[in-house]
Amino acid sequence: MSKSFKLDGRAIPFETGQTIMDAALAAGVYIPHLCHNPEFAPHGSCRVCLVDIGGRQVSACTAAASEGMEVDSSSEAIQATRRAILQMLFVEGNHVCPACEKSGACQLQAVAYYAGMLAPHFTHFFPRRPVDASHSDVIIDFNRCILCELCVRASRDLDGKRVFAISGRGLESHLVIDSPSGLLGDSSFAVGDKAAHVCPTGAILPKGRGYETPIGERLYDREPISIVGDVRAHEEEVV
Amino acid sequence: MVEKPRVATASLCGCFGCHMSLLDIDERILQLVDLVTFDRTPLTDIKTLGDCDLGLIEGGVANAENVEVLREFRRCCKTLVAVGACAVNGGIPAMRNQFGLAECLRESYCEGIGVHNPGIPNDPEIPLLLNQVHPIHEVVAIDYVLPGCPPSADAIWTFLTELLEGRPIAFPYTQIHFD
Repeated sequence: MSKSFKLDGRAIPFETGQTIMDAALAAGVYIPHLCHNPEFAPHGSCRVCLVDIGGRQVSACTAAASEGMEVDSSSEAIQATRRAILQMLFVEGNHVCPACEKSGACQLQAVAYYAGMLAPHFTHFFPRRPVDASHSDVIIDFNRCILCELCVRASRDLDGKRVFAISGRGLESHLVIDSPSGLLGDSSFAVGDKAAHVCPTGAILPKGRGYETPIGERLYDREPISIVGDVRAHEEEVV
Repeated sequence: MVEKPRVATASLCGCFGCHMSLLDIDERILQLVDLVTFDRTPLTDIKTLGDCDLGLIEGGVANAENVEVLREFRRCCKTLVAVGACAVNGGIPAMRNQFGLAECLRESYCEGIGVHNPGIPNDPEIPLLLNQVHPIHEVVAIDYVLPGCPPSADAIWTFLTELLEGRPIAFPYTQIHFD
């Protein structure tokens, strides 16, 4: 007999070694996430997939599923914590949705809608961060980076290039590029790299295609991310 | 007869797009004027603010006059609402926060392409700019937020009608967006 746990009262089957996130995704049940992508090792850094197990809050992407556990992913308390986490992500960067080519097909935005976030609530940092347009095919806007490390993992684990890394600690953490000048254009990065296609926000974008899909007809304009799924599943349609 | 709720609106550092979106409710404006009385708003051109039940603020806070108007709205309005991206998070005008104020003024009035008679305007009637553009919740307490650039006419209509009828405000998925 297969093992299962309860997610918001619903039985979710799992196999030994699967995380709560793996099992939920396999069962077609949505748990919001930003730094998680099933193609890469779990990272557990964005904390948006926070769930409650018997009063203890864990990230669903790193917590192993176990027999009979009762997981709460949709109570107001959990959603409120997620909103606060998202609000902190928004005020720490410069997320100007009306001026962003990714708007409408952005996972950060879509998860914020899902969690019921209406406004950033906290005091904005308005950090001063550069935009790197040195590469011929791809632009990096550091204002929109949420340090999920998906590009870091993709470049290291799939592209075998290690173009990206996170440097600094705490508030000083930031994405850096492995090239003599620190610019993307001087690195070995190419538009065909996996790392060019995993960013959940508008931080890494292909050039010249920003408005191919009009605002209003984009991935999350009509239906929520809990139905539509991650950006990565729709790469061809939306990028 | 019960007096109708009084509504005031203002555009601070915004583009008036949110006010245009309010006007996009089209013929429903006739229902709206049956429901409320407009106080100070660009729609009536009334310049002084009286005691109001509801204040709608478009735009962020970019200069000394914005601060003054916003504080006056907070004093006079029982319920104050941040309407649109600029009021909610500073929006497009807050992109100048990436640069120093002097740098912005020099670029606009002295060194920019096509500038004639360079010189930073200093007429005492021009409100002084703040160093940074702020969302309104960083200056006064607010009661509701309505995101969007602009919020759609339908979102504004949902908000106004449900608030005026005293119902919990719930939006269909397509009415809440940050862009």
